[in-house]
Amino acid sequence: MNDQVRPEGREKPLTGPKADAASASRAKRGRKLTEKIVEIIFLVLGMVSVASVIVITAYLIISGLPAIKQIGLINFLFGKEWDSTAADPKFGILPFILTSVYGTAGAVVIGVPIGFLVAVFLSKVASKKVRSIIEPAVGLLAGIPSVVYGLVGMMVLVPGVRKIFNIPDGSGFFSAMVVLSIMILPSIIKVSVTALDAVPKEYEDGSLALGATPEETYFRVSVPAAKSGIAAAVVLGVGRAIGEAMAVMMVAGNVANMPSLFQSVRFLTTAVSSELSYSSGLQRQALFSIALVLFFFIMMINAFLNLVLKHKGE
Amino acid sequence: MKKVRRILTMVLAVVMAAGVLASCGTGDSEGGSVATDGSTSMSTVINALGEVFTEENEGVNFTYNPTGSGSGISAVLEGRCDIGLSSRYLKDEEKTEGLVENILCLDGIAIIVHKDNPVSDLDLETIAKIYTGEITNWSEVGGNDGEIVVIGREAGSGTRDGFESITGTEEKCAYRQELTSTGDVITTVSQNPNAIGYASLASVSDTVKALSVGGVEPSEATIQSGDYVIQRPFVLVTKEGTELSDTAKAFFDWAMSSDVDQIISDAGCVPVN
Repeated sequence: MNDQVRPEGREKPLTGPKADAASASRAKRGRKLTEKIVEIIFLVLGMVSVASVIVITAYLIISGLPAIKQIGLINFLFGKEWDSTAADPKFGILPFILTSVYGTAGAVVIGVPIGFLVAVFLSKVASKKVRSIIEPAVGLLAGIPSVVYGLVGMMVLVPGVRKIFNIPDGSGFFSAMVVLSIMILPSIIKVSVTALDAVPKEYEDGSLALGATPEETYFRVSVPAAKSGIAAAVVLGVGRAIGEAMAVMMVAGNVANMPSLFQSVRFLTTAVSSELSYSSGLQRQALFSIALVLFFFIMMINAFLNLVLKHKGE
Repeated sequence: MKKVRRILTMVLAVVMAAGVLASCGTGDSEGGSVATDGSTSMSTVINALGEVFTEENEGVNFTYNPTGSGSGISAVLEGRCDIGLSSRYLKDEEKTEGLVENILCLDGIAIIVHKDNPVSDLDLETIAKIYTGEITNWSEVGGNDGEIVVIGREAGSGTRDGFESITGTEEKCAYRQELTSTGDVITTVSQNPNAIGYASLASVSDTVKALSVGGVEPSEATIQSGDYVIQRPFVLVTKEGTELSDTAKAFFDWAMSSDVDQIISDAGCVPVN
């Protein structure tokens, strides 16, 4: 596309056809060089993210494996007690794994129905004016730093839970689950709305023409047509919930108990972040092993997400 | 072949760029700097000292990295900072590695409860019983009926280590919540009428009530005299055989002198002598 000589060049009276050809080929070479340099710059930039992933993965595996080897994989993954600083330390992370899995599941159970219905409302029912208010608000919710969620949870939600359920302390599994379910709402709503917006209008028109009510049309036609996008939204929400640390740390109580509704619990993420700053020796290595387990979970969720999206493409 | 070489060049460029960035990250100690690293509980006192020191010695770069006692101690050991900050006495194994313990000042650990809690005095044994879960209701110690919510710090924290070793409750505490900072403990206790927590006396504000222990109120005088028993040292950790830079040495000598007593008391701690 670059070998065409510019028409202006020909109109110049002082340059003959020979000089023209020479300058054109020089320009061609110059342009080729620039293109090459630009290509290299972009390639380097692209490599930065790839290199980061490789470095992080390698670092996690290298620093996470020794402790697992020393503790034993079964003892580590299925041990029910975590007492990292005791004279006879115990490194069982089953409570963390179960808490993370249950907590994420709980957040999905609360968050997905709300997010899904909000998405259907925004995409299909809401008037332009209402949508123009709610959509940026949802976007804003996504932009709030997690420490703010944690702080509000600590000051408002935890005392509230304590009073409503009449228990001695409101912080624990339930509060963490509620905070997580609010935090995953934006990703679920945004991705679902995009998927629902992409449903061809003809589908809905056809359904309406056949005599279906608008509600029947939304839930029987639009939603099934957008189902893989909505599924991707849910998986994205799961990924967000399982990786959240800061907000959870402020409301979960952080004691390594087996999860139950109002019990003080520790998630995989908070297990790493709460002890890391003061840790040393095997304790620190074990924390890296927890991070490795968490990484593994997130990789699986990502793989699943890719599968869902690929399925959508077909 | 060309492609391989291109990729190799690129990888090399990335590695070199990373190298440059990494070398920027590690500060060196020339040009008059003092690098301290360690206990988060010591932030008030060490920041106060740093501020005055940099005011008096212009051009000095004073840094404080609040990482925790354990990290601070290993930072000195590995030569990553000039002076380590520890809010507990050094362990014997740490001393055998050549670390030196220089006590800067004393810090009382206050036992805090909600402002509305009628209990205002507990003895050490009762506190230990509450933390190990033997006593679970405030009515057992003369308070209102209500389950005691035991708040503590995370494993490895200097304050937790200090508290548990003084009360003899190591590895026996039945915490309801393990929080990761003094501020979080104070906030949580101020929010819950049935909570009990521990925090550095220097950080305790009037949003919570500090209990007297065995009839002794936590104060500068009672800590210095040793009457208030829940106290711990703030230690400047240095390494034997490692010369401090001139600036760091000047800071160290000044901090260990009696010139800083006023700054230390203003920061809520208690000078040693």
